[in-house]
Formats: sequence, structure tokens, C-alpha cells
Amino acid sequence: MTDKPLVPDFGDDNTERKMCFIASKGTLDMAYPSLVMANAALMEGIETHIFFTFWGLDMVTKKHMSDLQFTWMGNTAMHPPGGRFHMPQAMAGLPGMTAMATRMMKKQISDLDVPEIPEFIEMIEAAGGQLWACKMSVDMMGYEKDDLADEVIDIITATEFIEVSQGAQIIFT
Amino acid sequence: MPTTTIAGTEVQVDDEGFMTEYDEWNEDIANELASNIGIELSDAHWPILSFLREDYKEQGETPMLRRVANVGGVPTKQLFQLFPKKPAKKMSYIAGVPKPHGCV
Repeated sequence: MTDKPLVPDFGDDNTERKMCFIASKGTLDMAYPSLVMANAALMEGIETHIFFTFWGLDMVTKKHMSDLQFTWMGNTAMHPPGGRFHMPQAMAGLPGMTAMATRMMKKQISDLDVPEIPEFIEMIEAAGGQLWACKMSVDMMGYEKDDLADEVIDIITATEFIEVSQGAQIIFT
Repeated sequence: MPTTTIAGTEVQVDDEGFMTEYDEWNEDIANELASNIGIELSDAHWPILSFLREDYKEQGETPMLRRVANVGGVPTKQLFQLFPKKPAKKMSYIAGVPKPHGCV
């Protein structure tokens, strides 16, 4: 034993790491990867940005953010939670299946004490995450800044995103 | 398990330096743990440390930041101000509870 106490290395001097997530999908299941990782990066003291583009813009659109859906149409790996048998694609298109799958997934997520999208966005902003909306997507959808969640800092072009993400690790989801 | 001396007391810690014995913690130790990582404890810090310790005792695991904010009632922004950069890890270090293990 030495006189100097054993102190964890919180890596405070290591400030050069920076991460940018590109959120491009608007389904419930694909909204979470960027949010969970961005949140984890913020907890580690890393400068973190998320760029919402194409359907990913729904994650920060007031009209849609509370109502993202999960469908297993096209998800050929689909099986019930913990289940062994795959669920036939032909069933995925039946009326009510998307609503049912969405309800089930939301319950599983909330059972893990993971917030729904609007609260998650709020939390990430409060933790210092910087949220950006893609200009081309905003124009395509005919939105104004007011249609977007208040946490979104600005609507930026692809070029501006490349500037924002200078020196960052970029993760496309 | 290694031990280290905090505030004149020998305490058990893990390989990183997080305390492993819940009952070895006291306020003097907390003050020194905080100063080890450059934090001076104020009136705003103590209720958070108490919440962490009580919640850990009840739930058997260290609360994640969201729980500290929602159940403990301290806004996320304030947690980042009080425990800069890595609030979840830093507050658990000072509160003498394990590092949180959840994803969110």
C-alpha cells in the first residue's frame, strides 16, 4: 500500500474525442440505437452530436416523435421476445400487426426503464447533446423550424454537418 | 481486493478505486473522495449522494442518471454541473457505491 490513494481515472484530460451520430430511420426500433449510444457518449463526457435526416427526422418532429412504429415487415429475423420460432413475413401485413408489434416493443423498452423518444431527446439535450435537423429532409417534408422539437438547435445543410462533425467519429444508423 | 487509505481510514476498493464496502463510507470519506477528483462538496451535492446510497440499498443497484433525475428529483443539467463530464461515474464514486451498469 502506498500513501497515495487509489483514485479511478475519469479521463478528464482526454477531451479530444467527439462523436456524431446520423439518425436516418424513422421506425421505433431504429430510433433507439443512436439515442442510446449518444446518451452513453455524453455520460462519458464526450462531445456528442446527432444529425437527423430523412425518416430519422421523425424522431424530432413534434407530429411524429411520440408515435414511431415498429413493423416486422421486411425484418426476416423477426421472432417473439425470447422466442425460438420465426414469425412468418406473410403475417406482418395483416391489419393490426404493426400496432401490436409497436405496443409490445414499447412495453419491453419501458420495462427496461428506458424512456420513450420525446423524453429521451429531452434527456440528451439536457446532458449537452447537440441536435441538428437535415435541411434537405426538412424541405422535402415541408416543415418549418416550429414543426421540430425545441431541442433541435438548427436546420443545417449537409455541408454544415460536415463542418460540425470535423474530427468526430461518425456513426450512421 | 485492494485497500486504500481515505481520510485516515483504510477502506476496501476495487481495482479502479471504487469503494466496495457500503458500510465503510462516511461523510469525511466522501469529502476526501470528492477532493481526489477535484470536486468540493456543497449543499447541493449531499442530497444526491444520500439518494444514491438509499436507492442502492433499496434496489441493490446503483441508479442511472435518468433515475437520479426522475426519482431523485435533480435535473440532468444540474447533475452535469455538480459532477462535471461523467456525472454517473463520479457521483457513485463519491457516494461509495458501485459504478452504474445499465445502458440508459
